[in-house]
Amino acid sequence: MPMNPADIEGLIKAALPDAQVTIEDLRGDGDHYAAYVVSNAFKGKTRVQQHQLVYQALQGRMGNELHALALQTSAPAEA
Amino acid sequence: MDNAITERITQEISENDVVLFMKGTPVFPQCGFSATVVQVLSHLKVKFKGIDVLQDPGLRQGIKEFSSWPTIPQLYVKGEFFGGCDIVREMFQSGELQQALSEKGLTAEAVE
Repeated sequence: MPMNPADIEGLIKAALPDAQVTIEDLRGDGDHYAAYVVSNAFKGKTRVQQHQLVYQALQGRMGNELHALALQTSAPAEA
Repeated sequence: MDNAITERITQEISENDVVLFMKGTPVFPQCGFSATVVQVLSHLKVKFKGIDVLQDPGLRQGIKEFSSWPTIPQLYVKGEFFGGCDIVREMFQSGELQQALSEKGLTAEAVE
């Protein structure tokens, strides 16, 4: 079952309210997305931990309804 | 999760320096994400053990719980979970992967 980008963004923002989320539909098929997520919650965390936070936000959809979500995460650049 | 599966995973990642839990085999990957990680490791001339989770549904589910990671492939280096396809690719592009592997003495480049 494909998911729409607004739902993905909504789930991420529900868990990481400060997150800036950019979602790209890579193939236009509603099934292969790339997400760029920037959040203060990622500060001091490894990439694995950062991605785990996003996967937790998606509440088990990753690997199920959501077949492919290429993730790139970072903390906001220091001003 | 089944104890036998936890034990098997623990044994694989402690007995082998570099382990890739993947769909298909290194020679015939069955998924583009698994293929990408195989390509990166092959390019870096890293010896690794590929484990095909498609051969074992218990392992396929078990490795996800073991790593708290919802997707395959999953790369382990010296018993440490390194990440999936996105992280491996990002670390490769930034040079961090090469550095991490050569610090652990695992790349051919380190010898050259």
